Amino acid sequence: MKRSVSAVVTFVIMYVFWLLISACLWAHHGIDYIRVVGGIICAGIVTAFSHKHRLLFTGEEENVLIKTMRFMLYAPWLLWQIALANFDVAYRVLHPEMPINPQVIEFDTTLTGDISRTTLANSITLTPGTITIEVKGSRFRVHAIADKPAEALTVDQTMQKKVAHVFMEKMP
Amino acid sequence: MDSVVNALTTAFLILGVFFMLTGAIGLLRFPDFYTRLHATGKCDTLGEVLILLGCMIYTAYHGMPFVVFKLLCIIIFFFIANPTGTHAIVRAAYKTGVKPWRVGDERR
Repeated sequence: MKRSVSAVVTFVIMYVFWLLISACLWAHHGIDYIRVVGGIICAGIVTAFSHKHRLLFTGEEENVLIKTMRFMLYAPWLLWQIALANFDVAYRVLHPEMPINPQVIEFDTTLTGDISRTTLANSITLTPGTITIEVKGSRFRVHAIADKPAEALTVDQTMQKKVAHVFMEKMP
Repeated sequence: MDSVVNALTTAFLILGVFFMLTGAIGLLRFPDFYTRLHATGKCDTLGEVLILLGCMIYTAYHGMPFVVFKLLCIIIFFFIANPTGTHAIVRAAYKTGVKPWRVGDERR
């Protein structure tokens, strides 16, 4: 039962995405039937291949709606951090003396889920000044370009707390 | 209204180009592999997103909603693909033993 629901949802998401991307229902000369039918065929083929792997409804999700809403709130904060930190890196690049102090730091995360760890790792890489080198279990190895971004990760841990809040995980 | 939209678009494009340029300068100035990736991998993200935002404002004003949607998709894919790619390159370098540069070392 759940597997067929998953297949239908996968198909609908992909087909709606195709309709929006190709704009074939709103072409200048009316509806572009070749693309409408071709989209059905292609979405069907992809669904047939992928729904076995159960990309959606894997049975591990709980409170998906709340998590999605919290993620929507997290994204603008992350964008703002990216913008702020980008100015910081631009300053370091253009400053005549190049105030950088590269270092490799390691720390343990309290996050447990795969998706939350991936989100944290990608957020770290997105915010300028830090790149995730390696994630092994709960151990994060991060390359930081200066002291300030390194301290933001190990001392403040604002980002980690935010991610934990989004994925409803407990912080110690 | 036309001139406001044009000015906004131009402002976003100029800001985006500024960050792309900063990334290129960083690539030339920074001392080693990892720090260079900081400059290119990061400044380019914001630079490209700002350029695409400029394009989005322009196309939205000129009545091309599907182009706006496509540009939005490109921005989202960019935010997923860029950190993944940067991470993959850095990890490969770290595994093959590229030593990170420390203050006081020679430029490489």
